Amino acid sequence: MKRSLQCLVFISLTLLLTLPALAANTIKIGFNIPMTGDIPKVGESSKFSAEMLKADINGAGGLEVGGKKYMLEFIYEDNEAKAESAVTTALKLIERDQVLAMIGPNSSKQAVPAGQVADDNRTVMVTPWSTNPDTTYDRPWVFRAAFLDPFQGPVAVNFAVKQFNAKTAAVLYDLSNDYSKGLAEILRDEFEKKMGKGTVLAFESHGTKDQDFSAQLTKIIATKPDFIFLPDNYNQVALIVKQAHQQGYKGQFMGSDAWGSSELMTLCGDDCKGLFFSTHYAAAGATGATKTFIDRYTRKYGYVPDDVAALTWDATRIVLQAIQDTGGLSGKLKKDRKAVLKAMSKIPSFAGITGDMKFDEQGDPVKCAVVVRISDTGDFEFTESVCPE
Amino acid sequence: MIESIVQNLINALQWGSFYALIALGYTLVYGVLTLINFAHGDIFMVGAYIAFFTATLALTTLGLTGWAALALTIPITMILTAMVGVTLERIAYRPLRRKGANRLYVVITALMCGLILEHANLAILGASRKAFPTLIELEIYHIGGVTITNLNIAVILVTCLVFAVLHYIVTKTRVGMAMRAISYDKFAVPLMGIPLDNIIVITFILGSGFAGLAGLMFAMSYPVLEPYMGALIGWKAFIAAVVGGIGDIRGAFLGGFLLGTVEIMVVAFFPSTLRDLIAFTVLLAILTWKPTGLFGIAKTTKI
Repeated sequence: MKRSLQCLVFISLTLLLTLPALAANTIKIGFNIPMTGDIPKVGESSKFSAEMLKADINGAGGLEVGGKKYMLEFIYEDNEAKAESAVTTALKLIERDQVLAMIGPNSSKQAVPAGQVADDNRTVMVTPWSTNPDTTYDRPWVFRAAFLDPFQGPVAVNFAVKQFNAKTAAVLYDLSNDYSKGLAEILRDEFEKKMGKGTVLAFESHGTKDQDFSAQLTKIIATKPDFIFLPDNYNQVALIVKQAHQQGYKGQFMGSDAWGSSELMTLCGDDCKGLFFSTHYAAAGATGATKTFIDRYTRKYGYVPDDVAALTWDATRIVLQAIQDTGGLSGKLKKDRKAVLKAMSKIPSFAGITGDMKFDEQGDPVKCAVVVRISDTGDFEFTESVCPE
Repeated sequence: MIESIVQNLINALQWGSFYALIALGYTLVYGVLTLINFAHGDIFMVGAYIAFFTATLALTTLGLTGWAALALTIPITMILTAMVGVTLERIAYRPLRRKGANRLYVVITALMCGLILEHANLAILGASRKAFPTLIELEIYHIGGVTITNLNIAVILVTCLVFAVLHYIVTKTRVGMAMRAISYDKFAVPLMGIPLDNIIVITFILGSGFAGLAGLMFAMSYPVLEPYMGALIGWKAFIAAVVGGIGDIRGAFLGGFLLGTVEIMVVAFFPSTLRDLIAFTVLLAILTWKPTGLFGIAKTTKI
């Protein structure tokens, strides 16, 4: 009995002593993503994409940093698509899990508050999907892989004016979502700047948990706009488009990048076919590295990756690139995090699968946007690409 | 202008129908047991999911047509959802009642049961949403500048029918008389030979069965299902029941339509950002003016 106890103590001591040594050969990256809540598909895409990347690198023996191979450890934490959970999740990853850098949160609703936490705690954060300017504004530790709403807004407006020959518009947005509200205001201002004051005939909002939009739609349809801007999450898009058609609306909708989930067509079905939205990349008709990624992902998980999957792939690869650029890790977390930050801001240009990008002084990439059309088979077809001047 | 008012009235009737259907379940259980069954919104959610699985099964595996599938889905959804309600009563509320627990603890238990249903659903079916299949082809009628769908009409008619049936059961039948008697005096009534537990089970069957029907109608009108879909609408329906005078069938029916109308009309005539603010201020004013609700009778002990 006594001997076995001694044996146990010995084994645990050895384990305790060797664990840090083992841990020193891994790099921990945290993922702050919505696996439950309003937009679970977004979290799933992020996770699947990251898993694929991890398998690639660990399968090749690990990531080489300063002549030493490190295994990657990705920690996925669920932020429930809530702002307050995103903050606690960020703290958990930074403090408890001691990650070197954090990927996510995806939606601006969570990325804006979580960005503050990352910045305060001096940890590099890269959000794949957040397009609201506030996420990275005045926060040196926060970066993103997506373009910004002030860029996306004009792209959508110009496209809608040209494609629908529109003179008037209406906007319906989610009041309690930073992303939706911010983009809706940009769209309104941009459209009025282009077409004259008072051309946005209705500017209506709804709540995140709403399921009935009939009153807002009645109001919008009564003003007879040439088309409706819908900067909303895909789950609400499905309900809104269906209800508008039930009220006899036959006009066009113009969407934004939050439409681009692979779940949109399962929920919306025929009602969404033929509509347009601005987004980060078009899966149908992609070439080169983008096509390789899409094919591998589709083979592995059974569906075409959406923009979140592609952006997570890019965001994670940027961080890994920065880690490699540090030229070697000291094993001291604070120092290493700072080294990663330094390397991040020095990346001159990065060839991502969602396009080439380079970071400006705010940590935002300068990259192109595309407009896609939802085809009759439910694919997101490339229609137009717009690049910043 | 007149067109948009009529259109909004139709919107309000359709949306208020769901509040009314759910509020009926709250008020029925409260009327008999003076228990606020906070799990009711989630029973509604379970009903929608049961309808989803039954309808999908009927359409794909059995290969039925839309109407046949609907005819099969309605009774199965109502029966299965009623069983969920009765099970909750059996395993959660009855043991507490047996031990003579204070009503407050039963209400908290109900809240927890609701959360358990939500998160069990999340754990079993995952977080991704379900798209409800189309059972009947949607037809859109244009009358003047007003549009109405066959689904709108069906929802409103079903709600009125459910109200009529429940009102008849409570006021005209022996079971209804027993329900009202239990609500009046829970201790004397069993002494008269009325089986207390059976009547309570019947109450839960009625309340949950119609919650299942509401879930089905809701899923047909708003075909995106998620585990939390019952929470907010459940709470709002509870508020509707209170405003109508909780414990009274007519109150729940009118309260539901009142809340639906107020919500829709606020959006129609004010900026939609102010919707909940104005809607609930109106309800607060009604309760200040008549604290027991429109049809309520003052009682000394309430939760």
